[in-house]
Amino acid sequence: MPFIPHTPPETEAMLGTLGLSSLEALFDEIPAALQIESLPESVPEGVGELALGRIMRERARRDDPPLCFLGAGAYEHFIPAAVWDIVTRGEFYSAYTPYQAEASQGTLQLIYEFQSMMVELTGLEVSNASLYDGASALAEACLMACRLAGWDTDSPVVLLPEAVHPAYRAVVRTVLAPQSIPIETVPFDRRTGLLDARWLEPRLAALKAGVLVLPQPNFFGLIESVTEWTEAAQARGLRVVGLVNPTALALLEPPGRWGSRGADIACGEGQPLGAPLSSGGPYLGFMTTRFDCVRQMPGRIVGRTVDADGRPGYTLTLQAREQHIRRARATSNICTNQGLLVTAATLYLSLLGPTGLRHVAAASHARTRELVEALTGLPGVRRLFDGTPFFHECALTADQPAPYLLEALADQGILGGYDLGGFDLPQGSGWLVCATEMRTAPEIARYRETLERVLKAGRGHSHRSAPVIS
Amino acid sequence: MSELIFNRSRPGRRAGGLAPDSEESAADLPASCLRKSPPLLPEVSELDVVRHYTRLSQKNFSIDTHFYPLGSCTMKYNPRAANRLAMLEGFLSGHPLAPVRFKQGFLECVFELQEILQSVTGMSTVVLSPMAGAQGEFAGIAMMRRYHRSRGDAGRTEILVPDAAHGTNPASAIMGGFKVREIPTDREGDVDLGALKAAVGPATAGIMLTNPSTLGVFERRITDIATLVHGAGGLLYYDGANLNAILGRVRPGDMRFDILHLNLHKTFSTPHGGGGPGAAALGVSARLEPFLPIPFVGRDPTGGLRWIGEAERPDSIGRLSAFMGNAGVLLRAYAYTRLLGREGLRRVSAFAALNANYLARRLEAAGFELAFPRRRASHECIVTLRREAREYGVTAMDFAKRLLDHGMHAPTTYFPMLIPECLLIEPTETESRDTLDAFVEAMVQIRNEAVTDPGRVRAAPWTTPVRRLDDVRAAREPDLAWRPPGRELAPGA
Repeated sequence: MPFIPHTPPETEAMLGTLGLSSLEALFDEIPAALQIESLPESVPEGVGELALGRIMRERARRDDPPLCFLGAGAYEHFIPAAVWDIVTRGEFYSAYTPYQAEASQGTLQLIYEFQSMMVELTGLEVSNASLYDGASALAEACLMACRLAGWDTDSPVVLLPEAVHPAYRAVVRTVLAPQSIPIETVPFDRRTGLLDARWLEPRLAALKAGVLVLPQPNFFGLIESVTEWTEAAQARGLRVVGLVNPTALALLEPPGRWGSRGADIACGEGQPLGAPLSSGGPYLGFMTTRFDCVRQMPGRIVGRTVDADGRPGYTLTLQAREQHIRRARATSNICTNQGLLVTAATLYLSLLGPTGLRHVAAASHARTRELVEALTGLPGVRRLFDGTPFFHECALTADQPAPYLLEALADQGILGGYDLGGFDLPQGSGWLVCATEMRTAPEIARYRETLERVLKAGRGHSHRSAPVIS
Repeated sequence: MSELIFNRSRPGRRAGGLAPDSEESAADLPASCLRKSPPLLPEVSELDVVRHYTRLSQKNFSIDTHFYPLGSCTMKYNPRAANRLAMLEGFLSGHPLAPVRFKQGFLECVFELQEILQSVTGMSTVVLSPMAGAQGEFAGIAMMRRYHRSRGDAGRTEILVPDAAHGTNPASAIMGGFKVREIPTDREGDVDLGALKAAVGPATAGIMLTNPSTLGVFERRITDIATLVHGAGGLLYYDGANLNAILGRVRPGDMRFDILHLNLHKTFSTPHGGGGPGAAALGVSARLEPFLPIPFVGRDPTGGLRWIGEAERPDSIGRLSAFMGNAGVLLRAYAYTRLLGREGLRRVSAFAALNANYLARRLEAAGFELAFPRRRASHECIVTLRREAREYGVTAMDFAKRLLDHGMHAPTTYFPMLIPECLLIEPTETESRDTLDAFVEAMVQIRNEAVTDPGRVRAAPWTTPVRRLDDVRAAREPDLAWRPPGRELAPGA
């Protein structure tokens, strides 16, 4: 019996202790009409580890991934071997929430170190122990910012740029909708790809409270003027939520230093810090803020204190914000954090250090620049937002439709990027490319050569289906 | 020994070979947007890191090292095979937005898991996008709201929640835009049916129930409750935290629940990871299907698997995560269900119940007071230590802390809140009789010690890496992040 240690005599003896004749009798309080005799046959029979290994290995082999130039919120970075070797140690892997602090100092100290690292990266003062993912962290940050803005009295609006990841915007809508918090979409300037000042400036001038989300870099990989926008929004009494990429923070000004006060909240997706792509999860959302906002922050927080002998130790703290204490009056319903991914991120940041992280960021930036140079050298291929600085993603357009090009590239084993079809683009269509430090010069050359052939084959083609390339 | 990784830092030290060796130029980025000073991350060697975090790990209790009878958390053995197989290269390197033709192996696993869980729960459809139980609750409540509104029934503003429920239930109801109305529990641990009758009405959107409840007993009048709530136009939400107790025997769909979540990190044995990641399945009856969150996996007539998204589900409550929830956790749950199979899943509840009832009976025989002595325990049981607290001045918390010295993780303490001085004990099916006997023995020894040397128990633990921590100081003088000397932050400044 997999994972059940009882021998038949032990089972007998235990039933004897209970005065029962069978295991079925343990369920005698449950109305018989509700009980089934067995699970339906649609649930397969159990298989051994060897047989299951065959099944899953075959499937994993089938999923052997193509060459990846796709980012859009999930980034393929190098992960040192030590990261997951340590993460999957049973003492981290199979422990639970550190409610019993004395028996959980490993997890607690690690979270404290994680919080310290996120505080450093974002330039703010307090971090929580992580949220589910970047999108849900942004949704929680919007709710938190509304509480800080005093939504009970003023009903502030959330200004959410169109140049935020479309899936993130969707999650924000899901989470804010039941509480009837209005969301306004800040358009992007079709020429620069940045927040549209002609829309945002007058809108800010008309507001007295609310929340402005500032992505840095934005979904198109572009560098926004976050300092100016933070100043402008805070001058009108709005709260500012910075949505940031943690790798980019090795190079870019952290949210805590945006403008004279800094952003009120920083949040984002921690996946680039040691989490594999893994079809989208588990990842980790991070969130930091200033001290004066901490009581509105959702999620677990670890604090350093002393034990009965005066020695330093760590414990969950400020729990009066949380659902298991406050129930209906909690800041959020969130219970878990992404513990294992926090462990991975902490190990990753420790192994890379400030220099390693900066090198990863700079190399990713350089590879993307080289990729963009290579691709825009092809006839008809150009940047969508020419002249605007980007980090490690860049939007391109060509004289043939992006979905067609991406499909043809996929046929050649290349994930060419993210189709920007969901955006209303004056150029008609475009796609977003990304190259991290993982990509090599020959791989970039392969993308260019393949795209060149695809473009040639596509001239005069109807573009309804991918062309056959020899 | 509680040195921080930052204390090991030496300027210029690096773990070489893990990142590009040289710094490439980022001179094309505008100077105004660049960071003025580098983040103070630790500068350490690879061995420093490995040794530091290996040592930290050794300061944890975990299932792999200790009995962990944490009630309501189902701390059962996490099979190593599930982890190994979920971490195969092909699964790890799949980009979430890659075309589905590159992900058929992964989608096959997720699709089969959806189907298996449909059969296990008796629900019409199961999806796997929620990233934790609480997110499943939120999604379920948001669906309730959509359902009632789709019928022009906007007057339903209340969610009923038993007083013994998990804290996430009322918190999720609030996030879903509802008011919460608490329903009391009767003396035998069932929902107070009279109070429920009085509360149910045209304002009732639904009720959230955990069955067996957090009191460690099966809600016997579930059929009456379903009839009552449905009769008033409300919906039934099943919190699957305790499904381990009835797995393969009683199905929430057959109990006429409309919406449920299952915690895959509980019943389906995915790792708790020091606090997460969790993952949840969300199941619904047919009438709620249009509102399910996206995406989930569907099969084409040609047999291919793909994501079902917004275009096909215009009434969906929307997305819960950037991509597809905690995909890697789903693979682990899939591996677990396949290893156990139809018979093995049903066996789980038999031995979970056997262990809990055996433990309850032995504790009772040893003189401990059960909260519900006349009830059959589910997969967990509650001991109340109010007598020990009164007579020896030794509380449930003291027992919990002293258990750590006996090499056992403490049960859940002071939850459910309506039982004074309680321990909620869930042994799970993967523990042997020897372990359960050792737990009873430890409890007896602690009680003896409470008589002879109560101070020793009240000051426990003695053998853990730290002794009892000053929680008051932690909250009053919050120290939430390391800062380099001279750059300390002033809380509240």
